[in-house]
Amino acid sequence: MVELVQEKDIYRSAFARLEAESNPVGGSALIALRTQAMARFAELGFPTLRHEDWRYTNVARIAKTEFRSAVDCSVDLDERAIVAETFPEAQFHRLVFVNGFFARDLSSQHGLPKGVQVGSLAETLDDDPSWVERHLARYASYQDHAFTALNTALMEDGAFVYVPKGVIVEQPIHLLYVTMPGVEPIVVHPRNLIIADEASQVTIIESYVGLGEGVYFTNTVTEISVGEGAVVDHYKVQRETTQAYHVGTTQLYQRRSSTASSHIISIGGDIVRNDINAVLDGEGCDCTLNGLYVPAGKQHVDNHLRVEHRKPHGNSREHFKGILDDSARGVFTGRIIVHKDAQKTDAKQTNRNLLLSDNASVDTKPQLEIFANDVKCTHGATIGQLDKDAMFYLRARGISADAARSLLVFAFAGESIAKIKPQPVRAQVQQILLERLPQGDQLQGLS
Amino acid sequence: MLQIRNLHVNVQGHEILKGLDLTINAGEMHSLMGPNGSGKSTLAQVLAGRDTYEVTEGEVLFEGRNLLELEPDERACAGVFMAFQYPVEIPGVGTAYFLRAAVNAVRKHRGEEELDAVDFLGFVKEKMRLVDMDEQLLKRSVNEGFSGGEKKRGEIFQMAVLEPKLAILDETDSGLDIDALKIVADGVNSMRRTDRAFLVITHYQRLLNYIVPDFVHVLVDGRIVKSGGKELAMELEEKGYGWADQSIRHAAAAS
Repeated sequence: MVELVQEKDIYRSAFARLEAESNPVGGSALIALRTQAMARFAELGFPTLRHEDWRYTNVARIAKTEFRSAVDCSVDLDERAIVAETFPEAQFHRLVFVNGFFARDLSSQHGLPKGVQVGSLAETLDDDPSWVERHLARYASYQDHAFTALNTALMEDGAFVYVPKGVIVEQPIHLLYVTMPGVEPIVVHPRNLIIADEASQVTIIESYVGLGEGVYFTNTVTEISVGEGAVVDHYKVQRETTQAYHVGTTQLYQRRSSTASSHIISIGGDIVRNDINAVLDGEGCDCTLNGLYVPAGKQHVDNHLRVEHRKPHGNSREHFKGILDDSARGVFTGRIIVHKDAQKTDAKQTNRNLLLSDNASVDTKPQLEIFANDVKCTHGATIGQLDKDAMFYLRARGISADAARSLLVFAFAGESIAKIKPQPVRAQVQQILLERLPQGDQLQGLS
Repeated sequence: MLQIRNLHVNVQGHEILKGLDLTINAGEMHSLMGPNGSGKSTLAQVLAGRDTYEVTEGEVLFEGRNLLELEPDERACAGVFMAFQYPVEIPGVGTAYFLRAAVNAVRKHRGEEELDAVDFLGFVKEKMRLVDMDEQLLKRSVNEGFSGGEKKRGEIFQMAVLEPKLAILDETDSGLDIDALKIVADGVNSMRRTDRAFLVITHYQRLLNYIVPDFVHVLVDGRIVKSGGKELAMELEEKGYGWADQSIRHAAAAS
């Protein structure tokens, strides 16, 4: 227990600093929220392998590292490297955050429809603290998730997006989080709040990038409220360095007849944990959760999904694919809860894994809790290796072993990549994958 | 072009080919017939380089080189093509992309310039007409959702695209209706050249009405028990494989 107290103490000083600020962001409401979340974190402590939801992911290394708040760390901005990560060719609206803080000079918006707000969460809460009361931490519960509690207690900034009723934001909004680690390990707690009112439409792209050497920890939470009949597409492309820890929650809250999708692409990171939670809290909701993870080396990627059908006629589709090489480890948990009232629910879950090495491994586990009696609920998981017959077929046509292997790996990922709608993001993910594959350059133009 | 001498092959510890000899010269059309389980497909797979087969004895020379030393892709690049008895479905790999990768691998090996997407499309469409393939198939994944006949025609189409020196057809005729059979046969016949050889493996004489072989060999229990001209196929059709096997056994008993 002594050790646990010490682990938590690391974050107490950061909290004390926020508490001591003379002009705190978000007013008293946020202070109250932070205080409750900090208290909850102190009660929960970091999860261990004994915790059912963390059975396969050991976060002891995260818990034991003495991370410093990024605010104490001065950085030499490599602007060119950052701009290169913003899809400069695309007409996206951009918010850039460096070490957790909003970088206004690197951000840009153009021609946003009237009433749409896209900006820094800290600034928004400063201007109008009522957002805290109405939305912040209303969707992503910190009661039983230590990392979300920690984020809620220590959040400094992140993105705020508000789309009013009936408004369609045509160009995607790109949120770029760049971490430039220093000599000592640093931690950032990005916090994003996305609110799409009734019948609105918006696409959000989150990119996480690490520049330079050094250990760091991204502990991020994104809350997305999808109003009645609204359409929200969300992408998270995680490309942290292999020295980084990344723990992130994507929380979707859906009202009646809304459509939401989340695409979680996990490429970087040492220990990675994604919690993707969707609450379908209105009739006729449509929810799609896609994922692609491609760990190699000693990377560990844990995708933890929870879809809660609260009302009738909801559709949910979960489709996660993993390609694991070397000694990489994957974890997939897909929990689907269908409440008593959620009749005519149609929930489908698949998790397919391709193991490229004998040392790679995956733990995959569906968890269905169905309390309604008229529902369709299916799940399927596969763990396999490259199809030997397909390999031989390709080679028998003159394609080398390396190229054939790469071709099959790329084809396996292709289905997930094809689901990424914004072309620049799709091209980026495709390119990263090709660069990882032997003779990948020759696979250009496959799709 | 191809010399097989005393070839012995094991599959999972069982000897399937038990001393097979076969010589094929450029320009020749050979047909290998035999009952199920006689080792026909094993021979095709061994020649293509499938690694689940273990060659325990004998040698295979292709244009004077030891074929068995080459990787499957090296064999394809050297000009050996096998039309699969069961073409493999490869979801996510587009047919056009796959074929271009294959053609360019072979071209590169021959020291020819690789084809770009546009040149390739023109080249391929011409070949598609040869086997009456729908161009839409190019947009689909390799063999995925193809009917049995489409898959077999697809193999002949690939052969036409890759222009091999030696083409081995592993029961390409089985499961085909008469129209599809004629298309396959026409495709093969149009590719006959003095510098190209064929080994057509079949269970039925039917195909040989359309592809007229120069030589017919009968494979029984891992050995070629009888070889002859095209009339041998007719005789087999009439008398069955038992006859070929018995006649050789009688001959062996008499000597």
